Amino acid sequence: MAESGTVQLMFSPAVLQAGKDNWAFRLPQGNAVMAHAVIEHMKKQGIKTVGFLGYTDAYGETWLNDFRAESAKLGGPQITVVERFARPDTSVTGQALKLVAANPDAILIVASGSGAAMPHKGVIERGYEGKIYQTHAAATRDLMRIGGKDVEGAFVVSGPALVPEQLPDGHPSKKVAQDFVNKYEKAYGAGSRNQFAGHAYDAIIVLDKVVPIAKAKAKPGTPEFRAALRDAIEGMGRTVLAHGVLTYSKDNHWGFTIETPVMLKVVNGDWKIEPSTM
Amino acid sequence: MDPTIAAILTLDGVGNGAIYALLALATVLLFAVTRVIFIPQGEFVAFGALTFAMLQQGNPIGSLWQRYGDLPGTLWLLAVTALVAAAIDATRAWRQGQPARAWREAATTLALPLLLVLVCAFMQPRSWPMAAQVLLTLAIVTPLGPLVYRLAYQRLADASVLVLLIVSVGVHFALTGLGLLFFGAEAFRNPPFWDARFSIGALSLSGQAIIILGCSAALIVLLWLFFERTLRGKALRATAVNRTGARLMGISPASAGRLSFTMAAFMGALSGLLIGPSTSVYYDSGFLIGLKGFVAAVFAGLASYPLAALGALGVGVIESFASYGASAFKEVIVFTTILPILLWRSLRDPHHEDE
Repeated sequence: MAESGTVQLMFSPAVLQAGKDNWAFRLPQGNAVMAHAVIEHMKKQGIKTVGFLGYTDAYGETWLNDFRAESAKLGGPQITVVERFARPDTSVTGQALKLVAANPDAILIVASGSGAAMPHKGVIERGYEGKIYQTHAAATRDLMRIGGKDVEGAFVVSGPALVPEQLPDGHPSKKVAQDFVNKYEKAYGAGSRNQFAGHAYDAIIVLDKVVPIAKAKAKPGTPEFRAALRDAIEGMGRTVLAHGVLTYSKDNHWGFTIETPVMLKVVNGDWKIEPSTM
Repeated sequence: MDPTIAAILTLDGVGNGAIYALLALATVLLFAVTRVIFIPQGEFVAFGALTFAMLQQGNPIGSLWQRYGDLPGTLWLLAVTALVAAAIDATRAWRQGQPARAWREAATTLALPLLLVLVCAFMQPRSWPMAAQVLLTLAIVTPLGPLVYRLAYQRLADASVLVLLIVSVGVHFALTGLGLLFFGAEAFRNPPFWDARFSIGALSLSGQAIIILGCSAALIVLLWLFFERTLRGKALRATAVNRTGARLMGISPASAGRLSFTMAAFMGALSGLLIGPSTSVYYDSGFLIGLKGFVAAVFAGLASYPLAALGALGVGVIESFASYGASAFKEVIVFTTILPILLWRSLRDPHHEDE
């Protein structure tokens, strides 16, 4: 990408080495900005210790690192026990036993999609009674479809696109998020909204905004146009998306601000927004 | 680690090990009879669990997820592979100037898949009891075994082990890809067959674990009876000992191959049904499970059934303790155990080139 000078709008919050992300812009919220919201929520709940149960892959690793860094900055809870699992694992009995024995105030499960339900059920089956947090990759209905009553009461950090109806009137994303949900559910059925489709919707908003600017500077199809496109994204300023508020800059290709995350709670198999995060 | 935790981990490991045991036995059986190292064994596990999940979705109760409500893709895979196999067999018989045999062979290959399509189409909108769905799942996935053998391996029956292994890799990728197409990228978790929990002190045993252990034990006994007491079982054993000799005695290697693949697919589908309620199964979940069965089969030198079952329990228990002790390195620990075993085996039985 960097060699051909092509702008890439990434749909995964991947950490790239410094200098490698000159042409890449991430549309999902970075783990650090989400961890910020999780830690603030945990502090309000009086949580001092956290057990970590996450994927053995890059997603698990960046959450662990970002959570530790953010928590140190904010004076938040300590991660006291770190356990790992992989998506195709058939059981987390060993990890759950260790977590329950350590008995932290809360457990943070870092997994994606339907993979987030199995570890959740695993720690509940081993008798864990504290609070359980899930990350924004778990913010799909698959969590409830597979987790059933075991995921009741779980806290799931997400972008605002999942719950436009419940956002307060003053929330910047309320209108855009509602538009996304209306259009998406018209096409794919009621209740089909999810974290990931929101990113695709947001990509269109970003392109709508930057393509005319770049077009005014150079002819499409030329390297100059691609460079102008990048400059336009870097200079597009505060942009309201279905998934929060985005400000890219030359040094920041993550973009999302701390206005973005909302904390959801699973209540009766549905999302319920946590008022304390607003 | 106190004794309670050790006991819980052992119990968990034995539960997983029972599944690995079924897969290890299937792997040993296939290698002994056909010399195929069958990597896609795990795919039958995923197909079993997910086919059942699809049949479940057809229930009016589960109709919340209507987009999953269609007939399972494995059913269509069965129908298509049966059509191809029937066409190949019929063409060959026709060319040999035996049109009557051509029709007969095509009809026998196609009868069961067509019947299953009709039954499923009839059943899907009605909510049949779970037991009927279990039987249907087994009926759909099991015939895939002999059809895979017919299409991928039968013509290569005399090829070297290496060629057969490479074909296995190809079949594995094909089946995993089809799994993604049929079932989508998300996981399914099936409802439990038996929702009870039993507590003995701090130990708790789920009804599902009891079913897993019971089914595995019963199947192992049945296999033993099959090999010891029935003519077909003895024919399989004879083929395993010496293919040419068995053939001279009138045992067809092709039908021995089909029979062993049928049994392997049945054991895979059953394993899938057994683990479906206790974990989330993805279209590609089978591979790792099958690989652990393979480690156990290697432990037995791909030859001994009791050793394979023992090795499988060992793999399950090691896995369970590894996930407690060092969860990040669990798979590394499990698959590293194969190294000393390979070393021990190669020292004990020096390799001899008698292929």
